[in-house]
Amino acid sequence: MMPDPETTLAIVFQLTQLLLVVLAAPLLSGWVNQCQAWLQNRSGAGVLQPYRVLHKLFRKDAVIAHNASWLFRITPYIVFGCMWLAAAIIPIIAVDLPFSRAADVIALVGVFALARMFIALAAMDVGTAFGSLGARREMLVSFLAEPALLMVLFTASMISHSTQLPRIVELLAHHEFVLYPSLAFAALAFVIVLLAENARIPVDNPSTHLELTMIHEAMILEYSARHLALIEWASSLKLFAYISIGIALFLPHGIAEVGNWAALPLAFGLLLLKLLLAGAGLALLETVMAKMRIFRAPEFLGTAFLLAVLGLLIHFLLGA
Amino acid sequence: MGTTPFIVQFIDLLASLLLLIVFAMLAQRRILSLINLFAWQGALLTLNTAVVAYSTAQHHLYYSAALTLVLKVLLLPWLLHRLIHRLNVRWEVETLINIPTTMLVGIALVIFSFNLAAPISELAEGITRGLIGIALACVLMSLLIMLTRRKAVTQVVAFLSLENSLFFAATSATQGMPLVVEFGIALDVLVATFIFGIFFFQIRETFDSLDITHMEKLKDD
Repeated sequence: MMPDPETTLAIVFQLTQLLLVVLAAPLLSGWVNQCQAWLQNRSGAGVLQPYRVLHKLFRKDAVIAHNASWLFRITPYIVFGCMWLAAAIIPIIAVDLPFSRAADVIALVGVFALARMFIALAAMDVGTAFGSLGARREMLVSFLAEPALLMVLFTASMISHSTQLPRIVELLAHHEFVLYPSLAFAALAFVIVLLAENARIPVDNPSTHLELTMIHEAMILEYSARHLALIEWASSLKLFAYISIGIALFLPHGIAEVGNWAALPLAFGLLLLKLLLAGAGLALLETVMAKMRIFRAPEFLGTAFLLAVLGLLIHFLLGA
Repeated sequence: MGTTPFIVQFIDLLASLLLLIVFAMLAQRRILSLINLFAWQGALLTLNTAVVAYSTAQHHLYYSAALTLVLKVLLLPWLLHRLIHRLNVRWEVETLINIPTTMLVGIALVIFSFNLAAPISELAEGITRGLIGIALACVLMSLLIMLTRRKAVTQVVAFLSLENSLFFAATSATQGMPLVVEFGIALDVLVATFIFGIFFFQIRETFDSLDITHMEKLKDD
C-alpha cells in the first residue's frame, strides 16, 4: 500500500531538516567563533574548525576511567539524541513537519532538561572534584534558566493560543504584521537564557579550562575521543536549536510550508541570513560583555525571569 | 487581534520600552549608566509624545515633545554628567535592599498598578487608554528607586524619572496638559536640578559624603 503523497512529502521535508541541522550545527559554532576572533583582532581558525575537531576526535581511541559506570558511557549518545530530537521538533525550514506534532514547547524544554540531567549525572559518576563541581554549577544555572525559558514560551503561547511551535510560528509568520510589545520583553529574556544555557560568556566561558570559572567544560573533562566528539557536536546542536527557537518565536517571517517547493529557496536564503546575523550578534554580545562571577548568575537569570513575567503582564494589559 | 491600527501598536511598544527602561534603572548599579538610561527615557518619551501628537492631530503636543527633547535628553543629562564629574563620584550605587529583591517588589508594583488602572482606563477615552497602567507602574517604580537608594544623586535621577513618568501618564490619559502648565513644570524641573546641584555640594561639605543616611544623625543627643 502506498502512503498518500502529502505524508511522503512531509517526511521528506522532515528528513531534509534533520540532515541539514546535524550537518550545519558545527558550522554555526565555527561562524560564531570566527566572528569573535575577528572582533578581537585575531585571525581565527576558520569556520570549518569544528569539523576538523570532530574529525580528529572521532579517529582517536577513547579512554574511560576505571570506575566509570554504564551511565558514563551512554550519556554522550543520549545527549546527542536529545539535541537532535529537539532540532527535529523546531520548525526551522518549514512549518507543520510530522515530528513537530510529537511534542509542544513544554515537552521541548523537557527534552533539554533530560539531556542536562544525564550530563550532570555522568559528570558526577566518575567522582572527580571538577565533575561534581561543574554538575552542581550547571544545575544552579539551569534551574534558574528553565522557568525563564518556559515563561518566554508561554508569552508566545498566549499570543497564539497554542503551545505547539508550528501553530505559534504560523500565526506570527503568515498573518498580517503586528507589533507585539510583550514579545520584545520575551526576546530580551530569551537572549539571556540562550547565553546561560549554551555556556556563553557572561555566565560561562566555553574556551577556557580555568577551574574557578568553568561550568560546562568542568562536566565533560573526563570525556575523550568519540564521546567528547558527540558531546561537542551536541553542544553545537543545542546552540543551533536555541537560535532556531529564537528565530521561530521572534523572526519567523519567510518560513516555508510543507509541500511548498517554490518557497523553499527563499526560506533557505532567509534562514541562512538570519543564522549568520544571529551568530554575529552572539559573538558581538560575548565580546562586549565581561564574564561575571558565578554568584552574579542568579541575579542575571532572575532578570530574565522577571522580564519574561513582565512580557506576560504586558500581554494581559494590552492584549498584544 | 490584528484590528488595532499600526500606530497604536507602535505607541504600545514605546510605552512598554519605557517600562523596560525604568526596570533597567531599578537594576542598575552604576551612576553613569543610570544617567544614560535617564537620557534614553527622555528620548523614548519624546518619540512617544510626537507619535501621539501625530495620531491624534494635537499640534501642541509637538511643542511638548520638542521641550522634552531639549530639556530631558540634552540639557538635564549634560548637567548631571557635569555634576558627577565635578563631584568626582563614580562609585557604584548603594542600595538599601539587594537588587533581585527590589526587582521582585517592582514586579509586584507592576501587577498592582495594572490592576488599579484597569477600571480607570475604562473611563478614559482615546487610543492610548491602555497605557495608564504602564504609566502608573513607571511612577511607582521611580518612587521605589528613590526609596531604595542611599545616595543623593541617584535619588535625583529617580525624581526626574518620576517626573518623566507623570508626563507620560498625562500624555496617555488626558492627551497632554495645557502648554502653559507643561512649560511651568519644565522650568520647575530645570530649576530643581540646579538647586539639587547646590545641595549636593552642601551635603558633601557638611558630611564628606553624599550618603543621605548621614543626615539622620543631625539631631543633638
